[in-house]
Amino acid sequence: MSGLAVTEAELHAHVDGLLPEARRAEVEEYLATHLEDAQRVRAWREQNADLRAWFDPVLAESAPARLRRAASGRRKLPLRYAAVLGWIALGGIAGWFLHDYRIEKSTDTVAFAHRAVVAHIVYAPEVRHPVEVGAEQEAHLVAWLSKRIGGSLKIPQLGSLGYHLVGGRLLPGNQGPVAQFMFQDGSGQRLTLYVRNGAAEGKETAFRYAQERGISVFYWVDGRFGYAISGEINKDDLLRVANVVYQQLNP
Amino acid sequence: MEGRDRDFVQHIPRLRRYARALTGDRSRADDLVQDTLERALVKFHLWRPGSDLRAWMFTIMHNVYINQVRAGASAVVSPLDDETVQPAIRATQSDRLEVLDLQTALLSLPEDQREVLLLVGLEQMTYDEAAGVLNVPIGTVMSRLSRAREKLRISLKGGAQLPAGLKVVK
Repeated sequence: MSGLAVTEAELHAHVDGLLPEARRAEVEEYLATHLEDAQRVRAWREQNADLRAWFDPVLAESAPARLRRAASGRRKLPLRYAAVLGWIALGGIAGWFLHDYRIEKSTDTVAFAHRAVVAHIVYAPEVRHPVEVGAEQEAHLVAWLSKRIGGSLKIPQLGSLGYHLVGGRLLPGNQGPVAQFMFQDGSGQRLTLYVRNGAAEGKETAFRYAQERGISVFYWVDGRFGYAISGEINKDDLLRVANVVYQQLNP
Repeated sequence: MEGRDRDFVQHIPRLRRYARALTGDRSRADDLVQDTLERALVKFHLWRPGSDLRAWMFTIMHNVYINQVRAGASAVVSPLDDETVQPAIRATQSDRLEVLDLQTALLSLPEDQREVLLLVGLEQMTYDEAAGVLNVPIGTVMSRLSRAREKLRISLKGGAQLPAGLKVVK
């Protein structure tokens, strides 16, 4: 029976259990007399077994919460898709407003908001060093950060909303230095305002809202600066803050 | 909606297993799975009810992965280091050595061959299913599979003696 023609594809199918029953015996017969092929088949089988032995334990791991959230329809649309969809919708309805703002800009803006949220998550819980320069040196803080991000910054006064300035710090952004100002209310609730220069020369956008890891963020572009205000508070409360910030920076 | 959620969640373990083998890195694998799930949500209206949801999700993962590779995301082809091959659960040193070799060999395969090998060998898809996921003819699947297995066999040959000797320790 050594004259049987067995193809390479059949050898693989044999290894993977994909051969029809009838053919299996014939291939086994062939392998009994073709030792080199038999050796290859054995090695391939071991590969399959090794792959499963090595990676099957992943099946038993509990999936990170972010994956379960991503799989859930109850979650908001993923930030970046929501934003892109939002941009497309806006483009249709209000193209005049966006001027020549291109779609890829939106991903840049979303990345900006994302970084703002991450910076919030990193520094807002900080007890001993929430800021580099404290509110007691506000004038210095403003001068320093204005110089570093290359534009004259203003710090909004949020006292009417119960928030006072804690201070600020310099952070690396996507395209250069970024300023972060931190505010806090009587209960210890903190908000951060994240500001970058040169987001989109001379453009203005409406407020955009996103939520990521429990942090709400409103972000917008106003003239030379891009702003994002983040906090672990609900959307309506944060919108009130965003409005005040916007008005104060545009007297 | 709830059914869809449940189904998506059900596939997470297998998507993670495949992604882990594909990327050789835990967090990058989970990023890939997350991107896949997000995309699947957005594109869910394109799924044909009654067709194989698992295959559909693997197709999405393949597309996401290939886009990342093409975009030249530097991280996607980062070289192996000790951390990326940190074994999690294996019991013995001899097993570990053997498997380290397998993992290294796996990551040294071209992406397209690695994908076929994993879909068939790990995910246990039929050649037809793998061809569907990768959107290539079945002949291409066979030739990639053949090349992948032979490369792996040859690159593992050298290391095979070492664990054999160490197995005495068990």
